Amino acid sequence: MIKINKYLAEDMVPPLIGMGLFILVWALLAHNSEALPGPVKTWHSAVSLFSDPFYRKGPNDQGIGWNILNSLGRVGIGFGLAALIGIPLGFMIGRFGFLDKMTSPIVSMLRPVSPLAWLPIGLLVFKAANPAAIWVIFISSIWPMIVNTAMGVRQLPQDYLNVARVLNLSEWKVFTKILFPATLPYMLTGIRLAIGTAWLVIVAAEMLTGGVGIGFWVWDEWNNLNVEHIIIAIFVVGIVGLLLETMLVQIAKRFSY
Amino acid sequence: MKKYVQIEDVQMSFETRQGTFVALKDIDLKIDPGEFVTLIGHSGCGKSTLLNLIAGLLMPTDGIMLCADREIAGPGPDRGVVFQNHSLLPWLTCFENVLLAVERVFGATENREQLRQRTGAALSLVHLSHAEHKYPHEISGGMKQRVGIARALSMQPKVLLMDEPFGALDALTRAHLQDELMKIVKETNSTVVMVTHDVDEAVLLSDRIVMMTNGPAATIGEILSVDLPKPRNRLALANDARYHQLRGAVLEFLYQKQAKEAA
Repeated sequence: MIKINKYLAEDMVPPLIGMGLFILVWALLAHNSEALPGPVKTWHSAVSLFSDPFYRKGPNDQGIGWNILNSLGRVGIGFGLAALIGIPLGFMIGRFGFLDKMTSPIVSMLRPVSPLAWLPIGLLVFKAANPAAIWVIFISSIWPMIVNTAMGVRQLPQDYLNVARVLNLSEWKVFTKILFPATLPYMLTGIRLAIGTAWLVIVAAEMLTGGVGIGFWVWDEWNNLNVEHIIIAIFVVGIVGLLLETMLVQIAKRFSY
Repeated sequence: MKKYVQIEDVQMSFETRQGTFVALKDIDLKIDPGEFVTLIGHSGCGKSTLLNLIAGLLMPTDGIMLCADREIAGPGPDRGVVFQNHSLLPWLTCFENVLLAVERVFGATENREQLRQRTGAALSLVHLSHAEHKYPHEISGGMKQRVGIARALSMQPKVLLMDEPFGALDALTRAHLQDELMKIVKETNSTVVMVTHDVDEAVLLSDRIVMMTNGPAATIGEILSVDLPKPRNRLALANDARYHQLRGAVLEFLYQKQAKEAA
């Protein structure tokens, strides 16, 4: 009982106070502003919005559920393709110094570029909005995966490589028993950073490309001047991002030694 | 008698930015089967380098190195290595760590069950059967080092090479493991080359103590035969005059003939 009380006091109370203050400030701001809707109004709007999340009324008017799933789908495909290419590439860059030196100026130069700058190239090449959005996600998530995987391989302790040499392990065993498990935590960090960026970028990309998706929905509701929905969208994006992050942190915890 | 390890005229130098650094020169050493040899010397004298040469992790710049009449051309399972910092793979259990070595050596000729039996036997030799399904981070430093020994022995190497295996352990654990090592070596009749900087450890365990001069260009200064009868008991030796004589000889070499200024 005491333990539960302590848990409540130390782990539950501070976040609740934080949230309470946040909503209070929001309510005060809304009270003094004509345009900004307050928490209560937003809540009612959210309840009605989420009461029917999967309706379809034509291509530009679909439920919030469809919008979220479409955005997640784009992120999933772009991110998956980036993992498929970025992780093996990271392994090779980490393992072979020549390749590292060869690619390092390119990676260093392209990494700081805002992924959205790649959108016109995507539109030009794919001649369609949806693949272009996926392309932007791909570009935004590939860098952290390459860089972190390569770093993990480079930081492989010499001890483990000596073990491999002394035991005379085959290349395949070296990879499965030493290289891969030793690099896994770094790889997961890369994946976590990548999915964070991807989710960050999808909203902006969809605002530009249109279609069904949470980013487009925000833009659409701005054009309708439905500010409650924009606020709801901000919360939805935040919560989905938090869930993705938490999921990956949990996976990473399993593989830390 | 057939020499197990033969080192003739070996020289080892490294290329550095300041030019060539000669670490070892004129090394001549022959080790018989079943012999326990320790390499002792001040830090930086190249004793670990010599061990790595025998292990095949380094290649000599000059000279001949043979193990059981075959040239040492690289690391091989005929020379089991116990590393100073155990070097177990943290994502594998103790059993899997040893199995990895067993599979490599006997995988082609034996079935799954036989391989598992060998692994179990190696772990029971170091009295760790109860911890075989634990991960390295779940066991103590002394236990990790025992798994390292089990891994090396499980390959049934011709020579067991140990690089300061007990250096990172506390004195009590170290004494305990030294006693265990003596028993294991007797049971398995292993040939051992061990690097140490502990004079007592060297005298207690060795048949011969190879004392190395200070680097650079270190070489073998003296070789001391330890003629104490086996099995040896650390308590009995504490009052043994011959033991103290031998110990004195090593100390004299290290602190008078090869005295090193404090770094």
